Amino acid sequence: MSTGTMTKPDIVLTGRKVVGGVAEGEALVTRDTISGWGGVNAMTGTVIESRHELRGQSFAGKILVFPGAKGSSGWSAVFHMARLAGMAPIAMVFNVMTTKAALGAVVMRVPAVTDLDRDPLDLIETGDRVCVDGDLGVVKIWKNAS
Amino acid sequence: MVTLTSEEQAMLGGEQGAGVGKAMELLVRYADALGAERFVETNNVAGVPGSAHPWLKNYYKEDGGDYRAVFSKFDLDSDEVVDVPRMNAYSCHLQGGMDPELWAEQGMTPEAHENFMSDERETAAHGIQILKTCTPYIAGNVPVMGEHCAWMESSAVVFCNSVIGGRTNCEGRESTSAAMLAKRIPDWGFHRDDYRLGQNRVKVTMPVEDVFDWGMLGYFVGDVVQDTIPVIEGPIAKASLIRHKHFGAAAASSGGVEMYHMVGITPEASSLERAFGGAPRGETFVYDMAERKRIYEMLNAVGESTDVDYVMLGCPHYSIEQIAHAAHLIEGRKVHANSALWVFTSRAVKATADANGYTKILKDAGALLMTDTCSAISQAVPKGTKVAALDSAKQVHYLPAMMGIEGWYGTTEECIDAACTSKWKGRLA
Repeated sequence: MSTGTMTKPDIVLTGRKVVGGVAEGEALVTRDTISGWGGVNAMTGTVIESRHELRGQSFAGKILVFPGAKGSSGWSAVFHMARLAGMAPIAMVFNVMTTKAALGAVVMRVPAVTDLDRDPLDLIETGDRVCVDGDLGVVKIWKNAS
Repeated sequence: MVTLTSEEQAMLGGEQGAGVGKAMELLVRYADALGAERFVETNNVAGVPGSAHPWLKNYYKEDGGDYRAVFSKFDLDSDEVVDVPRMNAYSCHLQGGMDPELWAEQGMTPEAHENFMSDERETAAHGIQILKTCTPYIAGNVPVMGEHCAWMESSAVVFCNSVIGGRTNCEGRESTSAAMLAKRIPDWGFHRDDYRLGQNRVKVTMPVEDVFDWGMLGYFVGDVVQDTIPVIEGPIAKASLIRHKHFGAAAASSGGVEMYHMVGITPEASSLERAFGGAPRGETFVYDMAERKRIYEMLNAVGESTDVDYVMLGCPHYSIEQIAHAAHLIEGRKVHANSALWVFTSRAVKATADANGYTKILKDAGALLMTDTCSAISQAVPKGTKVAALDSAKQVHYLPAMMGIEGWYGTTEECIDAACTSKWKGRLA
């Protein structure tokens, strides 16, 4: 499934490494900030927050593209539990750096990138194929990849 | 990459033992993720170290499934299990999963209680203070202005930064557990002067005086400024610990506010210019009668039936002033047969409530004074609860959604009345 080595990406964004490593997969995009404790079920990798646009959807195995983390200080522990349960995202791309998002990315041990040169929420849609290169701080996007 | 002092380099190399070494390893990964250039020293850490649900212990079964395994592999995110020494920093355990005595009333099993007690013995043995509260600042840990802290618990973080002028980010379980051993936390965010300046302005155009109104203003502020730092000005009166406690918890829940300035009230906001570090910037939001009504309706959006079967007070944990008030309101009355009243506080405050006779007054009325936890943290409500009444904007934000129940927000008086009549009669005066 490694599109990255085969075709040229439609869009390439450059930012800053949060956590290193490379992962490629399908994007799940939201314009809503994400709560950990009380907002996510770690055992199913599902968003449970009332009125959240991803409510009922799972981020397990996806590349999670979101504005940033909010809510309880239990954020990292909930996403850490999701990793143990095999329900974590495989990479994260986000706009606003917080201690919650940074620590969450660290203990999830997934590639993560922030401070991109263009807004990923404008350029990535759910279902796009995305490659996150945490080491280089690069996000490659293939539109309409299905 | 974060720059280490020679002492930090030595810690990372294991010179203070494998536990401190693993703690530094995690803190270096965390500092690099944030983009921090150095660490600050901290000797005031509040977290939830080592406490574990049986699921987590079972997950680490092959590593021993004990406190040591959980602390190494989960708290320190270490690939190997190491010896966990007594903590080096002044460390406190925040809220936990159940009341140490009234756990059966909360619906907990003897096995869950034994797990809780076993974790608590380990916590104490590692030199971590058993405060067991979301309000460490009224249970024995009061920071001072400028003190570098590493705290979890969003309502405590916002209180520390805003009301006291202490300095902490909203830390997580892993970073606080590591900081307890390494006495370090990344020099980022609220540890730095420029980060603490206001970003948006809130003009309050109506008097805000009682605790109920301070809570609604807090919920409004978080809703409009999200996770930025607001500078709030206007006729805000009667500033006190319980008002700030409710305001901050509400703002941290609806938005994610980790610090706020109130001009002429909070310590880093002697003037508008001081709070912003110059001219006001960002957006200006106005809180008026119409917004107050909108917030009240938002907080009561999950209330439909007026048949209240549960009243919960103590989010954040009640202070002794609030317990005295609740006891005064209920003395001589009885909790209705179709309702229940649980009041939550810390063990330290409960000791005072016991001495003052408040615990007995509540008990005689059919209410229970509980410690350590709350209904949201423990996910424990009286059996069969369908409709809860709450005097906390934060609790009404979380509890109904988590438990799939209805919820009402009102004053403490309205909540006590609901407990004694089983009917919700709250309204916006």
